[in-house]
Amino acid sequence: MSASAERQRPDGQQRAEQQAAEQHETWPLWEVFIRSSRGLSHVHAGSLHAPDAVMAVRNARDLYTRRGEGVSVWVVPSSAITASDVDARDAFFESAEGKEFRHATYYTASEGVPHL
Amino acid sequence: MSEAQGASRRRMPGSTHAGAEGSRSSAEHAVAASLEETLPSAEELAFQRLIDDDSRVEPTDWMPEAYRKTLIRQISQHAHSEIIGMQPEGNWITRAPSLKRKAILMAKVQDEAGHGLYLYSAAQTLGIDRETMYEQLLSGKAKYSSIFNYTTPTWADMGSIGWLVDGAAICNQVPLCRCSYGPYGRAMVRICKEESFHQRQGFEILLTLMRGTPEQQRMAQESVNRWYAPALMMFGPPDAESPNSRRSMAWKIKRFSNDELRQRFVDMLVPQAEVLGVTLPDPDLKWNEERGHYDFGELNWNEFYDVLAGHGQANTVRLANRRAAHEEGAWVREAARAYAAREDADRSALLERIA
Repeated sequence: MSASAERQRPDGQQRAEQQAAEQHETWPLWEVFIRSSRGLSHVHAGSLHAPDAVMAVRNARDLYTRRGEGVSVWVVPSSAITASDVDARDAFFESAEGKEFRHATYYTASEGVPHL
Repeated sequence: MSEAQGASRRRMPGSTHAGAEGSRSSAEHAVAASLEETLPSAEELAFQRLIDDDSRVEPTDWMPEAYRKTLIRQISQHAHSEIIGMQPEGNWITRAPSLKRKAILMAKVQDEAGHGLYLYSAAQTLGIDRETMYEQLLSGKAKYSSIFNYTTPTWADMGSIGWLVDGAAICNQVPLCRCSYGPYGRAMVRICKEESFHQRQGFEILLTLMRGTPEQQRMAQESVNRWYAPALMMFGPPDAESPNSRRSMAWKIKRFSNDELRQRFVDMLVPQAEVLGVTLPDPDLKWNEERGHYDFGELNWNEFYDVLAGHGQANTVRLANRRAAHEEGAWVREAARAYAAREDADRSALLERIA
């Protein structure tokens, strides 16, 4: 549901395109994060257009919390989000691959031992 | 970001093989070139794998241009339908029979505005901007659901819209929650949650009328007579006349065909109509034991294409209202932007003084 943050590519061309789109659009785009209740993180809910941060917060309340879905709202200009490079996704996340030993399920010797 | 800019940014199919070319003989080169023409590129394969695995395509993934275009058209039309769809009911807000009904109707119309906004955002992830979509709607270039080109002469129509029109919309939209394009599916999850209130409140309006005076019962029945067939046509033309929908199903944008969804809707309506005590205006409607479904009569598709071509009861007035609202609201959008710019300038000046 978010718009530009989801298609973000951290290259210059992307940024130029984004700026061009922003100039064309009447109001800038904001990403909205909602905390649904105390004890939980703010989670990305979607995006909206608003002229400034104050209006973005109010619009976010009207758009994303009409049924008590939130106790707190964050808004972030979409243009302020830097995302990992999708084209380099495999290499970027490679260091987490093939390391089963980071997971509890890797250690089988303790199977059947209580509370372990 | 415009669509054209988006296309130039994406790598062209086949370009991933370009690196090794220096070491090839000319014969090898020719073979490789012909292979590249026939074999799907790595990107096409990756896309197809996402579709085959029932995974989701996200905005930054490579996707075929036709997939992108189909989605932009479908999602923006869907958004326009929500925005135009505020009008038939907006018409009754000032005339609702009680304060409670007025509050409910306002909440429902506000939801529709919200649905339009979720969907516009989803479409924007495909590289089209909001202003372009507005222009397409206002100029008449983009379509919206024909159902909103019917008028709402009585209060009972608020009931029929909720029960039949929103009911058909839910039937259509629930499978869209599993659409292969991630942002569209996520928007639909949110929308479907809210639509069930819409359908139930419509049902309640009709039920209240059906338990009322003979005049109120007649008003409810006449309204159902008006909306039943147009609601069935909301699923689109019969499968045989809907060539694009096969492709959309292959891409898992659509999960069921128009006729399958229409049948499912009719099967749900019949027992609901019995609870209401209304008659569905179709003499051919009857249970088919063999099929395990209700048979129903031929729909008047000429009417559907007529309304689509702009000859419905309200095509002109719906677009004129939308244009007027957009133009008359222009000063608000500009003022808000000017205010934001001044606040920004004031803040920068203040920061400079502090520094």
